[in-house]
Amino acid sequence: MIRLQNITKIYPPKTIALDDVSFEIKPKEFVCLVGRSGAGKTTLLKLLLAEERPTSGRIFFDNQDIQKVKLGYLPELRRKIGAVFQDYKLLPSKTAYENIAYAMEVIGASDLEIARDMTEVLDIVGLTKKAHNFPAQLSGGEKQRVAIARALIHRPEVILADEPTGNLDPYHTLDIIRLLLKINEFGTTIILATHNKEIINSLGKRAITLHEGKIIRDEKIGRFIL
Amino acid sequence: MFTLIKRIFRSGWQSLTRDGGMIVANIFIMTMAISVITSLFLFKDISQFLIQSLQEKVDVSVYFKYESSEEDVLKVKEEIGKIPEVKEVKYVSKEEALKKFTEKHGDNPVLMESLAELGTNPFLASLGIKAFQAHQYEAVVSFLEGPNFNNLIEKIDYYERKPVIERIYGLISNFNRAGIVFSIILALVAILVAFNTVRLSIYNSREEIKIQRLVGASNWFVRGPFLVQGAICGFFAALICLLLFALLTWGLNSKAEVLFPGLGLFAFFVSNLWLILLIQIITGIGLGMISSLIAVKKYLKV
Repeated sequence: MIRLQNITKIYPPKTIALDDVSFEIKPKEFVCLVGRSGAGKTTLLKLLLAEERPTSGRIFFDNQDIQKVKLGYLPELRRKIGAVFQDYKLLPSKTAYENIAYAMEVIGASDLEIARDMTEVLDIVGLTKKAHNFPAQLSGGEKQRVAIARALIHRPEVILADEPTGNLDPYHTLDIIRLLLKINEFGTTIILATHNKEIINSLGKRAITLHEGKIIRDEKIGRFIL
Repeated sequence: MFTLIKRIFRSGWQSLTRDGGMIVANIFIMTMAISVITSLFLFKDISQFLIQSLQEKVDVSVYFKYESSEEDVLKVKEEIGKIPEVKEVKYVSKEEALKKFTEKHGDNPVLMESLAELGTNPFLASLGIKAFQAHQYEAVVSFLEGPNFNNLIEKIDYYERKPVIERIYGLISNFNRAGIVFSIILALVAILVAFNTVRLSIYNSREEIKIQRLVGASNWFVRGPFLVQGAICGFFAALICLLLFALLTWGLNSKAEVLFPGLGLFAFFVSNLWLILLIQIITGIGLGMISSLIAVKKYLKV
């Protein structure tokens, strides 16, 4: 489903974020990207979302070379992906409800579908009471949950989650991980970037460990070893 | 498609109502720009009116020799009337000239006594000639100076008035040209300022545009609400501008009437209301939408 071939990303002048990275992710897989801060996890996710372009190498999504997708067609690719960003990337002028619904609006879902799914998703992420708050009126954890809800509401093929539990308390962390596992059970591919030891060790899922832009380990049942 | 348009409009209106400060600034700047454009339109028409009214005031008088009979003068009048450049010929007989003089200077005893002492009517019969354009007087005068009328005509006052006529026309056309050039420059500056204000407000939203793109929004879904905002700002600016000009022309109407009789500033505004409104709305909406379109484009490359 997702294939990276010899991906290198260099930020000018000479910062190597990713160095000759290659791996493949199959449909319905749950993959953890593990590594210290600056290992290249976020860069990798940015490349998958075509937010940035690699310096060299190729990335395939459903056998489609991402670099060859024209700017005007990128939205179609991105609608297949749900992304949870480390810095949430919520729209400040929209309420929590509108932020989540936006992901459905862009795919052209009807108002009825949106209303139906929104009730469900808000309930899942526990934000029903804060649905009409603006991001500035939400805590870090609540923003994180809005971001997660936005990533999953349109039922994407893949969810890219960059430290989705970074700002959550242990109780909500567990909830979010359970939620991601549940989504994965329904057939959505999950790529989770994290440096949370407990999560990696308890998940027992495939883990790709990055160190200074290189893959140093790719295990079927990963453990947190740095 | 309908859902998409509905969402674009709703989103545009929502952002507008939620970011009041920036919108007020946009509307204010756009009102200035539209005002300049409207002034340009009004200035063009008012100056045209002034030129026309000055043109109406200019004429050339041809005085006939004392012994010339009325019949001869009327013959000349007929001949002159045939010249295509001539708009109007008015005959003033000796008696009429005397009557006008006494009406005008009746309360001046010195003049009246002198006139009585003469015993006869010293005034000459004359023709007042009006041409369509100022430069056409030259042709009319040269026609009158021909051999046919030499023995009848005493004097043509064109050469006395010529420098004044030419100076007035020169001044008006220079003033007109300078005014238009100045207004165009001013309009361009106003448009650029308005464009930059819109650009600045969209610059503030650059991160939001990027997020929208990353979530999978198409270019039109992102830029649509900005265009709607731009159009709404432009529309409100046009309405404010219309109200402003209505008040301004109404307030200045009596003062302008004193300076330029017959101008009717407010009446002119009212009679051109729809055209002015159209110009203002097209300028406002066009300016708002085009500025937004250009400004958003830069941030869509994600």
